[in-house]
Amino acid sequence: MKKLLLATTAATMLTGAASAEEIKIGVMLGFTGPAESLAPDMFGGAKAAIAEASDSGMFLDGTTIAVVQGDSSCVDAAVSTAVADRFVTADGVSGIIGALCSGATIAALQNVAIPNGMVMISPSATSPALTSIEDNGLFFRASPSDARQGQVMAESLMEKGVTSVAVTYTNNDYGKGLADAFEASYTEMGGIVTINASHEDGKADYSAEVGALAAAGGDLLVVVGYLDQGGPGIIRAALDTGAFDMFHLPDAMIGQSIEDRFGDEIEGSTGQVPGSDSEGGDMLVPIGEANGYDATAPYAPESYDAGALMVLAMQAAGSTDPQVYKDKVFDVANAPGEMIYPGEIAKALEILAAGGEIDYVGGSAVELIEPGEAAGSYREIVVEGGKITTVGYR
Amino acid sequence: MDLLNALVAFANFVVVPATAYGAQLALGALGVTLIYGVLRFSNFAHGETMSFGAMVVVLVTTLFQSWGISLGPLPTALLALPFGILATAILLLTTDKVVYKFYRRVKAAPVMLVIVSTGVMFVMNGAVRMIIGTDDRRFADGERFLISARDFKTMTGLSEGLAIRTTQVITVVVAMITVAALFWFLNKTRTGKSMRAYSDNEDLALLSGINPERVVKITWLLVAALATIAGALYGLDKSYKPLIFQQLLLPVFAAAIVGGIGNPLGAIAGGFVIAFSEVTLTYAFKKVVTYLGPDSWAPDGLVQLLSTDYKFAVSFAILIIVLLFKPTGLFKGQSI
Repeated sequence: MKKLLLATTAATMLTGAASAEEIKIGVMLGFTGPAESLAPDMFGGAKAAIAEASDSGMFLDGTTIAVVQGDSSCVDAAVSTAVADRFVTADGVSGIIGALCSGATIAALQNVAIPNGMVMISPSATSPALTSIEDNGLFFRASPSDARQGQVMAESLMEKGVTSVAVTYTNNDYGKGLADAFEASYTEMGGIVTINASHEDGKADYSAEVGALAAAGGDLLVVVGYLDQGGPGIIRAALDTGAFDMFHLPDAMIGQSIEDRFGDEIEGSTGQVPGSDSEGGDMLVPIGEANGYDATAPYAPESYDAGALMVLAMQAAGSTDPQVYKDKVFDVANAPGEMIYPGEIAKALEILAAGGEIDYVGGSAVELIEPGEAAGSYREIVVEGGKITTVGYR
Repeated sequence: MDLLNALVAFANFVVVPATAYGAQLALGALGVTLIYGVLRFSNFAHGETMSFGAMVVVLVTTLFQSWGISLGPLPTALLALPFGILATAILLLTTDKVVYKFYRRVKAAPVMLVIVSTGVMFVMNGAVRMIIGTDDRRFADGERFLISARDFKTMTGLSEGLAIRTTQVITVVVAMITVAALFWFLNKTRTGKSMRAYSDNEDLALLSGINPERVVKITWLLVAALATIAGALYGLDKSYKPLIFQQLLLPVFAAAIVGGIGNPLGAIAGGFVIAFSEVTLTYAFKKVVTYLGPDSWAPDGLVQLLSTDYKFAVSFAILIIVLLFKPTGLFKGQSI
């Protein structure tokens, strides 16, 4: 009996040490919904990073990683919760990458990840609300909070000498969070927000909204909206009535379709979008080509980084148990240690296996700050000759 | 100068947009009122009928544009209008034959027809979305502005601009022509008179030998024309998006009821009453007050009665007030 017990214990310990095992990581993104066009490239990024670790053979003594895919939707809390629940109970994942939108992320985190002690790393959820959630150290994001974007926006406008603006935001978590964060920073710096009014997406006519914005006045109009939703409607109505001809556009308003629609009509307008001038972004391009996705798409670098951070933290902890490796995410993301760029995950795994330290830089120059979100660097743009042009980083 | 500035600001943000919007609502409400007057039920599918007509206009416009046909400074969509009306007429006559005819034969209660029309609304809505998708489409081409805000400022030297879009003028002109033609038809032609007779007293009309099926058919044809023109003008002036026509149903019905449902003249008045109240009540009068009053009067707030979020609440409120105090509407319509 004693011998049998011993043998069993030995056997379990052996499997625990795990040679050539397979673990699962769940990737849940909003493949359907208002941000669906972003999801495929983001999925490509996360998958590429995980595959790189898995194929290297260095990950936890040759453990391989399988990716489980899920559609979390963007704003439907029930769908997001159900997918996360399936990941944890049916698929038995060791960690979750996702979700895409703030609403879906908050739902999955509060209903599934926290109760089950599962680590979640979101590449793109930016709501300031996620900063204050009591997450037991389980939640991280590779993107900065919009509280930071609000501050960057306020600083950049102040430096340009713009001291009074009108603000309109899309009526949801993202819009309200960013507009409020901006107003707080801007007012503190001495700027005047003449009006901070919401607009509903999906309407054909914004003349009433623009009428109110025009009456309030201001040097320019800050449009915190979506580029394929109400945002262009507001800009069009403002241009048509001559209410504003200069705009400031945050991340969700910047894209090709704005150039196509307005071109030089919004000449001189400014904006910012998460991004950095680190060489990491360029190094991702061949990785994207090899894996069949666009590595320069919005939040694709952040997705690659989210995947990389998860496997590196597991390696650093020597365990795939969320309760153990959650404490290592900060260690691998920040200094001190050897700088790790995209495509160098195998090297990082090797250093960690040997007990060394790494500082993961990745495609988006990751630097985590408490309570587990990217410090955030932004690419500043200006519309010049009808084209969106990068003018600097902040 | 200040007085002029105040007037221009008010015209630019209230009078011009509300007039165009009012004309679109009036055309929509005329369709609702005609169906109510002749067929005696509230057609909830009217918004989707407008959407369907506008969709056909969009598709035909795109086709014309690809062939290089255009109207010069006028939007190509005007050329596509007859095709939209034709397609909508076929759709409505088919719906009538397949759906409404049965309920007319069994003399169903009006409430039942309302529910039936709601069902038709969902079917049409689904069909439109399947054919054209849910995306936003702009199909206006030609000259965008009659006067742009910047030109107006340089022309007059005022600090406020006045912008008048070509589509806004076209909306009002086309609406006027349509309404004039409709009234001529209803009052001067034999068919129009028989329609009014049928609407006033069905039994007497039947006794005097009016063919009810013919009246019904002509009503649907008129409704098809009105709905397509209303939908196409709305899409032309703003942008075409299938999902907004359900939202448009409320102000359209409010306009018809406020004016007095069943009364064509009331529908037009109702359209403008609703449009002007929506825009005026949600407009921030800060600039106007600043221009008009002495400097010390310049307000800190926006001088806005209601936030623009409550735009639809305005039509609801007017609707309820009218139903409470004057159920037959401003112009004597039928009470409901």
